Formats: sequence, structure tokens, C-alpha cells
Amino acid sequence: MKGLKLYAILYLIFLYAPIFLLPLFAFNSSTIIAFPLQSFTTQWFSALADIPEMHKAVLNSLRIAATSAVLATSFGIFAAMASTRYRFPAQKGLMGFIMLPLVLPEIIVAVSLLVVIVNAGFSTGAWSVIAGHTLICTPFAIAILQSAFASLDPALEEAAFDLGETPASTFRLVTLPLVMPGIISALLISFTISMDEFIIAFFLTGADPTLPVYLFSMLRFPKLLPAVMALGTLLVLASVVLLTIAEYFRRRGIKRAGAKDTGGFL
Amino acid sequence: MLISPTALYALALLAIPLGAIVLISFWTQTGVRDFDTTLTGANYVEALSDPIYRALMFRSLRIAGLVTLVTVLAAFPIAYFVSFGVPAQKKSLWIFLITIPFWTSYLIRVFLWKVILGYNGVFNSGLKVLGVIDQPLTFLLYNANSVVITLAHAYAPFAILPIFVALEKIDRSLLEAARDLGENRVMTFLRVTLPLAAPGVIAAVLIVFIPTIGDYVTPELIGGPGGTMIANMIQAQFLRLNNAPLGAALAVLAMLIVSVIAVAFLVLGSRASGAKGTRK
Repeated sequence: MKGLKLYAILYLIFLYAPIFLLPLFAFNSSTIIAFPLQSFTTQWFSALADIPEMHKAVLNSLRIAATSAVLATSFGIFAAMASTRYRFPAQKGLMGFIMLPLVLPEIIVAVSLLVVIVNAGFSTGAWSVIAGHTLICTPFAIAILQSAFASLDPALEEAAFDLGETPASTFRLVTLPLVMPGIISALLISFTISMDEFIIAFFLTGADPTLPVYLFSMLRFPKLLPAVMALGTLLVLASVVLLTIAEYFRRRGIKRAGAKDTGGFL
Repeated sequence: MLISPTALYALALLAIPLGAIVLISFWTQTGVRDFDTTLTGANYVEALSDPIYRALMFRSLRIAGLVTLVTVLAAFPIAYFVSFGVPAQKKSLWIFLITIPFWTSYLIRVFLWKVILGYNGVFNSGLKVLGVIDQPLTFLLYNANSVVITLAHAYAPFAILPIFVALEKIDRSLLEAARDLGENRVMTFLRVTLPLAAPGVIAAVLIVFIPTIGDYVTPELIGGPGGTMIANMIQAQFLRLNNAPLGAALAVLAMLIVSVIAVAFLVLGSRASGAKGTRK
């Protein structure tokens, strides 16, 4: 196990190497992204304030991610409840189909949606990115919510029925509070995926780029790269904060349901 | 029917578009947005006979296969370590640490690999400072190698998690039983742990292989001319060369090839682990 532990630590260094480099270059005064480092500066962070197109892209992405997260989580709640509570014909096939985007190359999802939208005579825009992101986030939301619903004791809902609650009020007063941690972590995960997704947004975004699409165009201009590093540092910080919150809620949910913690997301 | 909203959504946004792309792959593009809708197999003939497309398809398969091999081989010891070598209360912390890099901006991670592997990159300047090399290594960037390294990094958690879950499900008393019956550590691992972990390994292989074959960003940013893959060609056909039907045909072919490989692998995998199961 000693050798394995060393290997595991080296592996973690490999996993984190790019992320550790990010702040180094973000605070480095040289315009060239390479070693040796020069002096410390925060100018790239202040430079971010002067790129209005980027602010537009950030706002656009935030709107798209928030909408996709809510939609994907709502679809996730339906599917997770249906698959953990009830048995119905073609269940496996239907669930498999819904989970398909998890393994389908994203470019296939992107081009096939583009083909339909263009041929149906619609123009692409934020709405089409939301549609695509909801599609790919739903399987992640389902995976998280399924474990939340599976660890929920059905006896609690039956007790609520027996005490005279309607199905709707039982869901609101009993089911919802118990699976709330799962819902919150599904929302955060979907939000993070949508914020970061590039290829579907690249095909479907139309005139208003999302943040990753805008970032991709920035990468072609060497002059803008230090600002990209600064932006990347902020993005990494934001996702670590979001994920820590998501993980906190996921664990609380498991503890609340009295189950044993079996690992992370996915 | 609770599942119906989700199923309808998936049907409308996945089944119909997938059907549409198959349909359009039999059309011919005549203008920017005009198609000749007479069905023809010409796109498939072109996609299969043109050596450029064939070379791209083979290269994508080779790169995705290599990425899968490297990623799964590197991931197994990690999953094993977290499952067997880490105290129960620290397991989720390890898994959390492993998944964090995956949730940070993919574009920026890929770009940073360019910084690490480049001619004046972190890796080369590090080796130069250490005196290992005089001239920067050039085989690291803008070729298939760099694509493999970057994708192996990007898909690491996808390989670790399924293997970890499979290892966690193994009843520890089976391992003790094997040891009590006189097997040594290595044989216990080979005859008990590995066959029981097989479903996780199979899942890991598929979950890495299928998306990597369609990856666009990594080959585009750091692949160079020797590292472009089929997704870059599909994108070019749709957005730059304005030949959506040919792009669609390439996409359909890629999907077909991936599905055939995936199904073949699943069958082989379940047969292999099934055979081991009956012997035990």
C-alpha cells in the first residue's frame, strides 16, 4: 500500500498540475505564458474589467446555466422518482435512452440539434443552447437524484398519506425536504456543466457567445492570454466553491437519510 | 406516468435530431441552406472511399483506443488504493479531490497542457534546468502524443469512479476466504479481485472511449496537423465547408463504428467475466 500511496500522490499532482499553473501565470507580469516567471502583478485581473464583450458572455452563460440547471433538475426529479418508485414497461430502455447523452460524443448532439433547428427554419440563440445543455445535464441530475430518492424511506410518505395528506402536500411537506440536498447538488452540478460546456454552445449559440465560446476565440490572440489566465483563475475558484457547497449538501442528504457514504458524484 | 416529461424531452431533443441527421446524410447540399432531398448514398461512398476521411477515422480510433488504455491502466491503481488503502471516513475526500480538476474549465485545462508541453513549456524548461536535455523536446506538442496526454488527464475521473464503485462492492470476506484457502496476495488479486472488478473496468473503458473519439477541443487546440480527429472534420463540414450532408454522413459513420466497438467490447467483456465467474 505504501507504493500505491506514493503513486496516488503523484497521480494527484498530475491531475492538479494545470490548475496550479493557472494562478502562477495570472499573477505574472510577463505577457508570454512561459517560465521563468517575472514579477507579481494584479494588472491582468483589472484588465478583465475593461472587456465588455466578456462581461456580456459571462452574463449570457450565467443565464443559460441557471435556466438549464433548473430545467435539467426538474426533468431529473421526474425521471429519478419514476425509476426508483415504480416499475413500468420499457423502463430500462427509456431510462437508458434518457441517460444516453452521458456517453454520446457531444459533437453528435451539437450537429444533430443544429440540423433540426436550421431545417425547421428557426435561428439559433440562447434558447437552443439551453435546450442542448438541459439534454446533457439531465443524466447527471438523474444520477444524483436517484441516490437521493433511493435512500428515502417510502414508509415516511405512507405515514403522511395515512395522516390525511394529499399526494401533492406529501410531496411538498415530506418528500421535497428530504431530497432537497440532492436537488441542490443536482442544480449546482448541472449549472457547473452548462457553464463549462463548449462544443454544443459553439454550434448553437448564434450571435451571443457563451463564456467558453468567447474564451475559445480569445485563445487565438496571444495578447489576451494573460487575461485568459486571470479569468481562468477566477473560474476555477468559482467552481471549487460551488462544488464544495454541492458536496456539503450531498453528504448532508446522505446523513439525513441515515445511509452510508459511498463516494462522490457520478 | 412520471417519467413522461423527461422521456418526451429526450425523445424530442435526442431521437428526432438523431433521426434527422441520419436522414440528412442521404441528401445533397446545393446551396448555403438548400438541399436536394433526393436520397442518395453518395456521401457515404465519399466518406468511405476518400483516403483523408478514412485516415482521420482510423487516427481517431487509434487515439481514442490509446487514451482509453492509458487512462484505465493509470486509473486502476488509484481506484484500488482509495477502495482498499484509505480509511472509510476519508474515501469521499479522496474521491472529491480526484473529481475537482474535472469540474474546472475544460478549455483552460487543455490550453494549460499546451503551456506545459510546448517548445518553451514548463516541462521542457524544467528538464533543461535539471540538465536532462539541451534542446527542447519537440515530440510533445502538436501531435497525437499531446492529444493522448491531455485526454488521459481530462477523462481520469471517468475511469477512476466506475472502477472504484466496482471495487467497493466486493465483499471483503471473499478476499479473506481466498487467503485462508492458501492463495497468495497476487493470486487473490488475479483470481478474486480482478474478475469482480471487471464490470467497473468495462464501464470505465466505454465511458472513456466513446466521448474521446468525438472530442473536438483537444485536437483543435493542441493536436496540430498530425493530431486532428474526426470531430474537427465534422465541424469543418458543417460550419466552414458548408457540406452538412457529408458532415452528417461522417457523424453517422462515427456513431456506427463506436457502437459496434462498444457492443463487441461489452459482449467480450461479459463473456470473459462470466467465464471467470463459472470457474470460481
